[in-house]
Formats: sequence, C-alpha cells, structure tokens
Amino acid sequence: MSPDSGRPRSLFEKVWDAHLVKAETAETPAMLYVDLHLVHEVTSPQAFSVLAERGLKVRRPDRTLATIDHSTPTLDFAPGETPPYATEAARKQVETLQANVAEHGITLHGWDSDYRGVVHVIGPELGATQPGMTIVCGDSHTATHGAFGALAFGIGTTEVGHVLATQCLLQRKPKSMRITLEGPAAPGVSAKDIILAIIAEIGVDGGTGCVIEYAGEAIEALDMEGRMTVCNMSIEAGARAGMIAADEKTFAWLKGRERVPAEGPGWDEQVAQWSHFRSDPGAIFDHEVVIDATRIRPMVTWGTAPDTGIAVDAPVPDARSASHAKALGYMQFEAGKPVSGAKVDQVFIGSCTNSRITDLRAAAAIMSGRKVAPGVRALVVPGSVAVRKQAEAEGLDRIFTEAGAEWRQPGCSMCIAMNGDKGEPGQLIVSTSNRNFEGRQGPGARTVLASPATAAAAAIAGHVIDPATLMEPAHA
Amino acid sequence: MPDRFETLTSRTFVIDQEDIDTDQIIPARFLTTTSREGLGDLAFHDWRYDGDGKPLDTVSLNALDTQTHRILVAGRNFGCGSSREHAPWALHDFGFRAVISSEIADIFRSNAAKNGLLPILAPAEAHAWLMENPDVEITVDLASQRVDLGNGPSFDFKIEPFARHCLMEGTDPLGFLTSNEDAISAYETQTA
Repeated sequence: MSPDSGRPRSLFEKVWDAHLVKAETAETPAMLYVDLHLVHEVTSPQAFSVLAERGLKVRRPDRTLATIDHSTPTLDFAPGETPPYATEAARKQVETLQANVAEHGITLHGWDSDYRGVVHVIGPELGATQPGMTIVCGDSHTATHGAFGALAFGIGTTEVGHVLATQCLLQRKPKSMRITLEGPAAPGVSAKDIILAIIAEIGVDGGTGCVIEYAGEAIEALDMEGRMTVCNMSIEAGARAGMIAADEKTFAWLKGRERVPAEGPGWDEQVAQWSHFRSDPGAIFDHEVVIDATRIRPMVTWGTAPDTGIAVDAPVPDARSASHAKALGYMQFEAGKPVSGAKVDQVFIGSCTNSRITDLRAAAAIMSGRKVAPGVRALVVPGSVAVRKQAEAEGLDRIFTEAGAEWRQPGCSMCIAMNGDKGEPGQLIVSTSNRNFEGRQGPGARTVLASPATAAAAAIAGHVIDPATLMEPAHA
Repeated sequence: MPDRFETLTSRTFVIDQEDIDTDQIIPARFLTTTSREGLGDLAFHDWRYDGDGKPLDTVSLNALDTQTHRILVAGRNFGCGSSREHAPWALHDFGFRAVISSEIADIFRSNAAKNGLLPILAPAEAHAWLMENPDVEITVDLASQRVDLGNGPSFDFKIEPFARHCLMEGTDPLGFLTSNEDAISAYETQTA
C-alpha cells in the first residue's frame, strides 16, 4: 500500500502506521519501532542498570544518540580541567553516562564535541531529527522534534530500557487533535506567545491522551525554530506529542546537515519521501480546535501552571479555584492588576524551548545598546555549542555582555535548576523556559514564562514590560 | 521488580490540590541520582521540609503512617509535567501503592503502573466524595477493577489491560518485548 492510498490519514497516523512492528490487540499495546533514541544523563542510568542486571545489550547503538545537558555546569572551564559540577552527584551522573555509552558503543556528544547541547536542540542540528521518524527520549519535551513532522514521545526510564534493549516502545494509539491557528499573528508576536496562548485556551490537561497537530497560517509562517518552540510545549497542555507537517522550510533547514543525504539524487529522493508526511485533505481528528491567531499578543504567565498565560498588560484573572488562589499567593500577584510592572530579580534566556539562534537574535535586538537594569541578573544560555558559535560569529555575545548579561556555556541550566543555576526564594524570574511550577527554578523562586523578546525587555526595564516598547533600536 | 498487586485495603490520604506536578512530587535538583532506590524521603520534599532540610511539624505528610495509609487521593490532573520516573519511585518508596484522581497525566500514569503504584481514574462523583471524606478505609480490587468505598459511591475503573496484567503478575513489559524478537527483526529487514 502506498503511503497515500486508501482513506485520508493524518500526519500522525501515517507515521504511526509506518512504524508498527506489531499491531495492538485487546490484551497488548502496539509495538512501535523507534527510529531515533535520544539519551541524556538524568533519565538513563537506571535503564542501563536494568540492561546490566538482565545481561542485555543495546540493540541499535546506531539509532541511539547521547548528550549531556541537565546536570552540566554552564560556567567556563579550561580544556583539561574537570568541569565545575555543582555537586559530586552531578559529576557521577555524567561519568555514569560516559561509561554506559562506551560500554554499548553509543555516540555521545560530550564535553569535547562541537555538537554538545540540549538534547532537543542538537537532534535537529545534526539532521538526526527527520520527517516521518519516530523519536523518543526520557524527557517530556521530546515533542520538540515534532516540528519536523516526526512523531516524538517523552518516555519514562523503564521505557528507555525497553528501547535500548529492543528499539521498540509499547503504546496504545493516542487520540488525535488538530489545533488550527487562523489568520496571521501580529508583528512582534513570537512562537512562544502563540503556544502560551494555545495552552491558556485548551488548559494544562487539554491535550491529555492526544497527539496534537498544529496547523494554519500562523504556524506555517513560523520558521523552524519557532515551530520547535510550539511543539516543545505540547506536554504543557498534557499532550503525548505535537507535530507540524513538513514543508519546504523543513527541507531547506535540514539540507546540508550531518545526518541527511548530501545534495544530489539521494537528497531529492529523501525529500520526495518526506513530502508524504502531511495530513491528507479530509483526514479525521478526534478533536478539532480553532484559534484566532490575529488576537494573540505578547504573553506572560501569572500562575504556577503553564496554562496561566495572559497578555503582558492584561489584568490577572480572579482565582477560579483554590489551586488558583494558592498560585496567586505564591506568585504574589493580585487579581485585577497586570503582570507588567512586576519587579524582576532574574532573567533566564535559554532552555529547549527558546535557546536557538533566532531566540538569541530576538533577545539581542532588544538588549543591543542598552543595559540590564541595576539589581537584575540576566543569564543567556545558548542551546548548544553550535548555537553558541553562531551567536558569537554574529556578535550577539558582545551585545549580551556589554548589556551586562552573563553569556554561558550550553545546557538546560535554570530551566530545571539542577546544575547550580537557580533562583533564590521569593525571587521573580522572567524565563523563556517551559514550566512555572512552584520551585521549578529553585525552592521558593517565582517564574514568569515569556518569549525571548519579553524576557530581554524585562531585563532592561527591571520589571515585566510589553517588549513592543523596546523594539525600536536604542540608538535609532 | 514490584510486588504483585491484587487487592489493597487501606486508608486514604487526601491532597486537596489540582495539577500537582512532578516537581512537587520530587524536585528536579534531586534527579542527579543514578539509583531508583530510597527516594521516599524526597517525596513532596519542598512541602515537607524547611529551607534547612528540617521536617515541618505542621505538614500532615510528615506524620502519616504509611502502613495504614497506602492510597493517595489528589485533585485533578495529578502528575503533570516531566517524564521523570523518579516521581512514582519516590511515591512508592514513601509507602503509597495507589493514587486516585479524576485525571492523571499520561506519562506519570504509564510510569506509575510499571512500578507497583496503581493509577486509578475515579468518576467525578466518587472523586468528589473521596476528596470530601479524607482518611477513609477503602478497598481496591485490581482483578475486578473495582474500588469499594463502603458508604460512598463505589466505582469501577479502567486500566490498560497489559498494564493491569503486569501489575497483577509483578512483571515488567520488557519480557514481552524481547519475546517478540522475530517481529522486530522482520520489521528491520523490511524497512532497511
């Protein structure tokens, strides 16, 4: 059966169907073949231990790719020196991964690699992430790779062990949801604002049990980095995965990358094959959501769940539940007043959501020729060594450091605050990351999620502010 | 390998909060461990301890007898957030064997069932009753997929059949996967 014959299928169904090793039955889930397994230091050690206990090998080291990102310091250190790990446990965890990949013959983009970085940044950079693939990682933000028309799941450590040993994942077929963004987004509205608006609309559990396909004019208009930002936060609406159809932008972005065919007949054939990975006209979804993209404004969150996004200058809503009231108390925000104007202690620009070159350019455009407000600490953490080098080639690092921000080595950093980069109790952090849970960025720290432009503007102003006010160049 | 799960009669412990995320269940800074053992002390860590790491007397979780209270009841959308399996490891090691909510996040639910922590989705009426009647003795029967609430609205619950099988047998699904080696090889040959 050719990929396009029979009844109309969604992008998700096409990828799902192409990877069935064994169809699901009443008793057992489907066995889904995994094309690419991304591994990092935090969620893999216990899985490798199970393999050792049972005498199993990694079935496909060639389909497994490792990096170090979560527990790794972002401070500079000299070649040959031990990296300045925050704790002994962090050092041991990284060394455990180094030993495991060596034993099983897995490629690791470690300290000496030009491709080291946040796992969801380097997969696409290498061209390891491709349309139509199934991709898994022991990390809930694996949905990022769906921006390329891949089906990408975050999995638990037990499942990491399953995939290492058998290259298969046991899954019941999720339901499907299409979210269509109608109309263009306004100038100055970024991918981050779009996904925060989507999550605010459908809720923190609105996508539970579903694979979301994002579609419509405002999605098609996004560059690949923006599409990654959108898919990245699918889990923040509870979804299993998020996807966007592959198109000419996808192919152009992948062209010339390490793991894709070189330009020529091989490349053309590959693109022709990838072009199938889009939903057929008439494909049926279990749920359809339509959102007017023209109404989306720069967004910030007021609460301790990612669905509490509002326009930066809109009033914080009245608490709808005891949980909302608790969140308002924790965040020290008042219903009826906007988040804009709130005094900022730290700004974090980074994470698998917003640490790519276009994110850094957006932040630099605001910071250029300006200074970080007194008393504010601003951390800029590129997503990978490659992003860092690109940013330095463009002079963005100088813009950040001259403004008074810290220019760091790549890693997850303050998004998850397990490497020593963190907020202090009570501090307000405007962050381009994905989660504003209580204590996520350090015990007692308060997180406002925002786009790179809004975060950069907060660093300059010293309080939360509509980035439009700083979008004119400083020395125009 | 978790113990076999058949029936469980125990008292409930209620946390009246929605959207309890995995960073509440076990904060990320404790994820540098390379083990899955002994994480119970870290369960709900930042709720239970002060800034110096001293247990807070005012927090009922710190006085909970987990021999008698093995069933956690929580508000809607329990376990949202990250994929960290450390969350069910911590809850299981703390002493819980089942968690009941009106909605449980996908990845947490999948992880819990693989670690001897039975995730139970309760219908709205039963969930509301459990939230309003804390510390009651109830019985969970996995074979019949029924929760007996005594005076309350007892209910049947759904669970993915293979997850139920693995919980009842105390096995991990890895054996099933490795027994399908032929199918995996055939797929690899066909798509190579």
